[in-house]
Amino acid sequence: MRPTLEAIGLSRRFGGLRAVTDVSLDLAIGELHALIGPNGAGKSTLVNLLAGELAPTGGTIRIDGRDVTGWNNQRIARAGVGRSFQRTNLMQQMTVLENVRLAAQAAMPARHLLRRAGREVALVRQARAALERVGIATEPDRVAGTLSHGQLRQLEIGVALATQPKVLLLDEPLAGMGPEESDVMAGLLRELARDHAVLLVEHDMDVVFRVADRMTVMLDGCVLEQGTPADIRASAAVRDAYLGHDV
Amino acid sequence: MRLAELLAEILNGLQYGLLLFLISSGLTLIFGVMRVINLAHGSLFMIGAYVAYVIAGATGSLWLALPAALLGGALFGAVLERGLFRRFREREHLDQVLLTFALILLFEEARAALLDNQFHSVAVPAALDFSVPVVGDFAYSAYRIAVLGICLFVAALMFMFVERTRLGSAIRAAAENPEMVDLLGIDARRLHTLVFAGGTALAMLAGALAAPLQSVYPGMGDGYLIISFVVVVIGGLGSIAGAFWAALLIGLIDTLGKAYVPQAAGSAVYLLMACVLLWRPSGLFARA
Amino acid sequence: MRSSSWRGNLLLTLAALAIACMPFYASPYHMQLASTAMIAAMFALSLQLLLGGAGMVSLAQAAFFGIGAYSVHFLGRLPGGAPSILLSLPAASLLAGTAALLIGPFALRTRGFFFLMTTLAFGQMLFFVFHDTPLGGGADGVFIQRPALTAFGFGFELTRANRPAVFVLVNLAVLTAMYALLWRLMRTLFGHALLGIRANEHRMSAMGHDVLRLKLAAFVLSGALAGVAGHMAALTDAFVNPELLDWHRSAEALLIVLLGGIGALHGPILGAFAFTLIGELGQSITERQRLVEGLVVLGAVLLLRHGLAGLRWRRAVPT
Repeated sequence: MRPTLEAIGLSRRFGGLRAVTDVSLDLAIGELHALIGPNGAGKSTLVNLLAGELAPTGGTIRIDGRDVTGWNNQRIARAGVGRSFQRTNLMQQMTVLENVRLAAQAAMPARHLLRRAGREVALVRQARAALERVGIATEPDRVAGTLSHGQLRQLEIGVALATQPKVLLLDEPLAGMGPEESDVMAGLLRELARDHAVLLVEHDMDVVFRVADRMTVMLDGCVLEQGTPADIRASAAVRDAYLGHDV
Repeated sequence: MRLAELLAEILNGLQYGLLLFLISSGLTLIFGVMRVINLAHGSLFMIGAYVAYVIAGATGSLWLALPAALLGGALFGAVLERGLFRRFREREHLDQVLLTFALILLFEEARAALLDNQFHSVAVPAALDFSVPVVGDFAYSAYRIAVLGICLFVAALMFMFVERTRLGSAIRAAAENPEMVDLLGIDARRLHTLVFAGGTALAMLAGALAAPLQSVYPGMGDGYLIISFVVVVIGGLGSIAGAFWAALLIGLIDTLGKAYVPQAAGSAVYLLMACVLLWRPSGLFARA
Repeated sequence: MRSSSWRGNLLLTLAALAIACMPFYASPYHMQLASTAMIAAMFALSLQLLLGGAGMVSLAQAAFFGIGAYSVHFLGRLPGGAPSILLSLPAASLLAGTAALLIGPFALRTRGFFFLMTTLAFGQMLFFVFHDTPLGGGADGVFIQRPALTAFGFGFELTRANRPAVFVLVNLAVLTAMYALLWRLMRTLFGHALLGIRANEHRMSAMGHDVLRLKLAAFVLSGALAGVAGHMAALTDAFVNPELLDWHRSAEALLIVLLGGIGALHGPILGAFAFTLIGELGQSITERQRLVEGLVVLGAVLLLRHGLAGLRWRRAVPT
């Protein structure tokens, strides 16, 4: 099965600093690909490259075979990539439903923009479906800023989901969550992977090893190891550099 | 288009550009380091000119007025920063625009109350009240040459300060990335006061220097205000080198334009800005 | 942004009725004042679309206002005399909107403070075009010759006596239409997208919205509406001068929006009337107009966090 998103030899330099060097990976629908590594390994930079927030200084990105290298975040989003942010990045003063509805509306062609928002039943349905999937459908009219931290993290994913993407780039969705919430989130991640190509950046190793189909370990901007969770667990290099010997 | 006239206009353009540099270098640093917009910056130029008028009128000497404008400006700037601008920093753009707009109005009103609304002239210092022969039968005002010299000297000092001293590096770093200041272990608040005081002093010095060249009058800072914003946009945020070259370029274009193509001169500078925005939206010397 | 509640709409309707009846009870001076306030309200509403809508702080609005005003002068010089208001109004908004369309792509390459500076600069460029060239009477401005108000071939004979009353009604009509238009617009997907840009532009882009095109559309529409306001000003005052385009007028428009409240669509209307009233009061107390204006601005920014529209009236009214 051809991968939905392919990164081939991606590099990104900031002046003299090589943040990402020659990283290749691919994402396929039905698969959850975890990206791990110590702080400063270049994981965030890689996600930003894939999401179009940064342009690579070397390498290629393809989506469904199409070369999208150098496309900005807006075009990449329209090409079917949804991205959740490590630090909650929402419209805090709008309601939960308004947040996801804006996302659902993003792909609307310009000539439809003068339609009355309240009448767009299909959009609202699409938005609500996203909320249901991430598990916060009960209070759509709550102002986003009043949600608990865990609910905000769920909404983050909901907004990414509402654009109906093929690829999901999830940047530390479990950040700041307790054990019960993490459990629920882990279930959600596995469920999302059934019909999306998911890239998960995470530090919580328990969850990562439970949900990942494949893994990439980064160190100092390069790929240290790539493979199944079992491969990663067995790799001496990874243990020495990152995991330690207790996992 | 005699050569002498052309030379005169070029020198005038450079001199205008250098005055512009004094004003906009302060603006670009204040904005780069503090992320505060100060629409009243042009009023500081006016205040400097009026200081020169008052002091030169009282003591008969412009030479006393220059350091007075410089030091007074630094003091005034420090007071403004600690009393007022420190609180504006976190405010939204709109608030800052309106607050500094209010400052413009209040400064104008204070000037009208303390002095008047008339045009005044300030005499060129007697020691420089002659023309220097430059080439052929072309002679240029000695005072203008002195202004050129003083501005270049100040510019050189600024370059050395910003490039060679630790404090200067801190300011450069802060202009690129305000968050870095805390990481570098520098007291951000004192840095801000310093930058603001410096910018104010430079603007007021420029006003004092300009006083004998153009009459001192209400609203004399308006034109400089807008053009210094254009300098900042073209030169790039937080970049002194950018402000320098952009100011010189604009000074030349504006002066030569007014001399030879008067009706288009006003728009020429803005057309230049439009071109720069098309090509490099963050300015010619901006760091990515 | 919030739209008025039913109570707010009721108050607005009552105020509109009160103004509509002014020819019966008010003096010509007060009617002229009401027209001035309503034109300021139109101007501020055009800015509210940008500010409360998309969160863009622009200092170029006065330039579009002025272009709309000067278009009345230019249209009046055409052979055949001044055209019907049904033609001149759309023409003015088209001219102003075109100016915005020409400036927008350059200005919108910048954001935040840079956007502020570039709109300031472009606005002043247009000011100089009218100030330094003989276009439209140069620095002194020009009187609108033989002002007339025609529509559907039916002409209003305007005398000094009936001018204020006629224009109170016409300006009321235009203001009401503009308010209704914006009210509907903010309820469309476009309006919601603008609000999203104001809330979090980066996330909007990451969702896939064409943020640049949305902002340009808002900028052009806002410029066109400012042109409508300028057009009404030219007709009402029968005089245009370059000062109309000066950036200080743009700053005053920002003040009016802030005074009335950015978060509400009816804010600019409140702000415009408050600003005009304060100006009147100020003139009767002192000649130091700038002092009054400066203090008003300071007061508004430091004290009124949400503008007049945000003041809670409900506490005064028992439920």
